[in-house]
Parts: sequence; structure tokens; C-alpha cells
Amino acid sequence: MYEKTAEHFSLKQKKLPEGHLLVNLGPSHPSTHGILQNVIQLDGERVVDAESVIGYVHRSFEKLGERYTYNQFLVCTDRMNYVSTPLNNIGWILTVEKMLQIEVPDKVTYVRMIVSELSRVMDHIICNGILGVDLGAFSGMLHLFHHRENIYQVLEKLTGARLTTTFCRVGGLEKDIYPEFEKDVKTIIKGLRPAIEEFQSLLVNNRIFIDRTEGVGGISAENAISYGYSGPNLRAAGVPWDIRKDDPYMFYDKVDFDIPVGEDGSVLHRTLVRMEEMRQSLRIVEQLINGLPTGAHHADMPHIYLPDKSKVYKNMEELIYHFKLIMHGIKVPKGEYYMATEAANGELGFYIVSEGEKSPWRVHVRRPCFWFYQSFPELVKGSLLADTVATMSSMNVIAGELDC
Amino acid sequence: MKETIQSFLKDKFSHFISKEEEIITNLPTFFLKPEGIVPVLSALKTAPGIELNYLNDLTAIDWLGKKTPRFEVCYLLRSGNKSSTRVQFRVALEEDEEVPSIINIFKGANWPEREVYDLFGIRFAGHPRMDRLIMPDNFQGHPLRKDYPLEGFGQDYLVEDLLTIHLKEDMEA
Repeated sequence: MYEKTAEHFSLKQKKLPEGHLLVNLGPSHPSTHGILQNVIQLDGERVVDAESVIGYVHRSFEKLGERYTYNQFLVCTDRMNYVSTPLNNIGWILTVEKMLQIEVPDKVTYVRMIVSELSRVMDHIICNGILGVDLGAFSGMLHLFHHRENIYQVLEKLTGARLTTTFCRVGGLEKDIYPEFEKDVKTIIKGLRPAIEEFQSLLVNNRIFIDRTEGVGGISAENAISYGYSGPNLRAAGVPWDIRKDDPYMFYDKVDFDIPVGEDGSVLHRTLVRMEEMRQSLRIVEQLINGLPTGAHHADMPHIYLPDKSKVYKNMEELIYHFKLIMHGIKVPKGEYYMATEAANGELGFYIVSEGEKSPWRVHVRRPCFWFYQSFPELVKGSLLADTVATMSSMNVIAGELDC
Repeated sequence: MKETIQSFLKDKFSHFISKEEEIITNLPTFFLKPEGIVPVLSALKTAPGIELNYLNDLTAIDWLGKKTPRFEVCYLLRSGNKSSTRVQFRVALEEDEEVPSIINIFKGANWPEREVYDLFGIRFAGHPRMDRLIMPDNFQGHPLRKDYPLEGFGQDYLVEDLLTIHLKEDMEA
């Protein structure tokens, strides 16, 4: 009926040598952690060639961004990297705030930083825990998942949702922090610190784990840069780049933390870098929670941040602002802006082209997964089939972020 | 940094600069002709003092009804970890024009170029595999073009067709 525009698998067109086998890992396979496919050409258990097929969860966020208002697009960013949603929210909101050139109160920035560092911990717990599961070690994941649940409970109290938090708004936070927030975060840090050490000695220092991961799926620093790697995967290859240090946003230039660096970019080094990053994130959270300022949870800008509902019922001014914001949205001045933040997987960049309307002319998301996952065939060529599972798992490919 | 690159371009590649347009942006932007993108980027990658060796982002903009030529392909580069050195290069294109692929300079350009082809219909000459990346392989049209409706032209490129195609493919193989 329709003309076929492209062949789906180039591997399928190839004439396979005698004894070679094509194996589909995915689209729905326990080791892919999401809906993505790897077609792997095998000679015995040795990988000869591989090919990644993506696009199974594409939801055309960039097209939706051209229709939604700036605050509405926030719900789309939630669904990108769904294991650390607040980090995506904050990246988008900071970009829009930079375009509008508005300042938010210190308290807002503090809370945003605390939440984003806790999300980073959450993301790394998933990645390292599931890597253990993929290699057959289940108990490590269980040890840390209890603490991940604690973080989720704080997010739930703070925002009303666990997964899709939609936490920020342009000019502030969705709502004020709850009274026991400080105490809860301190409890989390207290519980997480020993748990991370326990995880380290239980799984990462285990002889079997090291044998399975050392030197597997490695990449050189030069190659990683050429592929556009960022985040923990790049740092595991020995490149100390971190946007929090290189181009500080929020208050990252005012807190103390170190950037862990690996050596050969192998699965083991990626795991070790993520372990150390969790400790550093807790260090940042501790510094912030001890100096949490008081004050309003949003900037005093009624034409940008929705006015208080009780005032809307009584005052004409607030009613007008409320109406204008709901019906016409925020008008962002004409111009273009690219801003990158350090998400759990690496550089998450939002590129906005505004024509002065209520919604952007063009939105582009530079998502870290998309750039480093294209090197997957090169990483696994020549390794064993079981190693491909470890490699993919340690890269932390999130299908929602990959397809976007 | 902007001045350094500007004088470098004026010195060596002045015939590749297509226009000098002032736009409101936080990125220093340079407009290049399509044939200039490969020599300029490979020269800037190693040029002492500039060294734009990291391909940060690759995307396109459809200016339907706002500007001519209609499309702009945007290359965002930076020099190592110095995020302050982000520089954007742009190539303006008409609807059926091609732009050379930069996959030989940056390996990471592979998927982004395919994505731009898939969603905008801009072809990259010299790319080893100019196929759809994200949309189904029997999809009609290029969804991020401004004249493609938000709701789509209707979802009658049935999943069934896709299955038949792949089944036939398997039978032949």
C-alpha cells in the first residue's frame, strides 16, 4: 500500500556466514530496561556485529513543545528520564528563566539543588542496582532500594507525586516545602551513607563482580569525546568534565564537591564513578540542608508566577494576572537560548527558539543517552553475549530519554 | 572567543561565509555555505587556540513563512570542558538541498544527522546510512516540519502493514 522508505535492519540484508546467528535483544527483553532493540550477529557466543534500533517510545516532545506553553511543557520533561524526573524539570525551568532574565529567591534554588542531588542518587541507585541484577546479584539492589523509597516518600510529601513530580514552575516551586522537610532529608542522608558503603562491599568489591566487569565494554577518552559522551560515562573514561564545575548554574560554585574520574571507561569504572558520585551528592545535600534559608517559595512576579488563589477571589489585579497566565501563558521575549545542566546521565541541554509567542517556535532537547548509545555496536564488537548485557546496563540507557 | 573565530574564518574561509546576520542568542553564531561545513569544522577542530573538538548538539530549525531559505541546520560545538566556548554554526538550506555529512570529523554525528533527516527531511550527503531512525520505516512525511499537522495526517500507515513488510523480509531471508 505504501512505499517502503527504508530497510529497518541493515544486518538483515547481509548474507550471514555459515554458523552465524542473528539474535534480537528486545524490543521487550529483561536486559534492555525499556523498549529498545539490539540485533546482534553471533558466532557461537562471540559478538561479530551489532545494531541498535530505537524509536519505540518516541512521543514527539519537540513537536508538542511548539504547541504547549512554557509551563505546560514541564509535564513532557517529566517523562524523559523517568528515574530522576526533577533534574529534567529543573533543566527546562532554568532555561526559560534565563530567557526571561528573572531571579528567584535563594530558598527556591536551595530546594531545587537538594531535590536534584537526591534525584541523582536515585538514578545511580537504579543503574548500579540493576547492573547487579543483570549479572545475577539480586541482594545489592534490595539493600539500596529501601533508601530510594525513602527519597520517593520525601518527593511525594513535597510535590504530591512520586514519579511525575512536575515540581518546578517558572519563577519558583509548585508549592512551599512541608515543615518536616529538613528533618526528613537529614534522616535520608544518615541512612544512605552506611547503605552505600554496604553496597560497595557487598557487590562492587565482590571478586565475581570484578571479574565480570573489569575491562568489559571499555572506551578510550578520545573516542568517547568524538561520540559526544557526557556525564558519568565520559568521566569513567578519564575525562574530568562536569558542567556543575565547568559552567556553574544555581549555587554549584558555592558548594564543595569532587568529580570522580575513572580510567578505561569499562563497566567496572562506570560503576565506581557512579558510586563515588552518590557520596559526593550526599555531601552537597548536607551542606545545603544545614543552611536552608527561609522565605517565599517563588519570585514576586504576578505576570509570571500564578498569584495566590485566595487573592484571586478577592482582588481584581490578581484575577487579571490569573486569567492572563492561564489563557495566554508566559510571553518569552524573542531570541534563542541553549542551556545545559548536568543531569544524572550527563549533559541535558534545552535549545529554545522563541518568536515572542506563548509557546516556543522550536524546542530541541539534547539528551545524553542519545549521544552515547550510538557507540554501543562499537563497544560490544568482539565481546561475549553476556558482556553486551553488562555494557548496556552500565551505560544507563533510559528509553524515555533516548527517544524523547 | 567570538572574535578569534571570526578573524580565523575571515582569514582562511571567507568564501564559505554565507551571510552575517545579527540574531538574539546566547551563542556566537556563524552562517556557512553547505559546502563549507566540512572544511571549516575540521580546521577548527585542530586550530591552535580554538580547538572546537566536541560536537555538543546538532539540530535543525524550520522557518516556514518566516525566513528564506526555509531550513537551518545548527551545529553546536565547544572546546573541551570550557562551556563558555560554545559556538554555533548554521547552514541555511532550501527544501531539496543537501548538506555534507560531518560523520568523518565527529563520530557522534551519526544518529543526530539521521534524526534530522527523519524529522525534517534534510539529507546529509556522504552519510553511510541515511535512513529513518525514530519513526516507523513506512511513515509518510517529516513530522517536525511546520506544515506537518500536530495531530498527524491520520494513522492509516497501519501497524499491520509494518508487520507484513517485516514478515515478507523474513521469508525472503
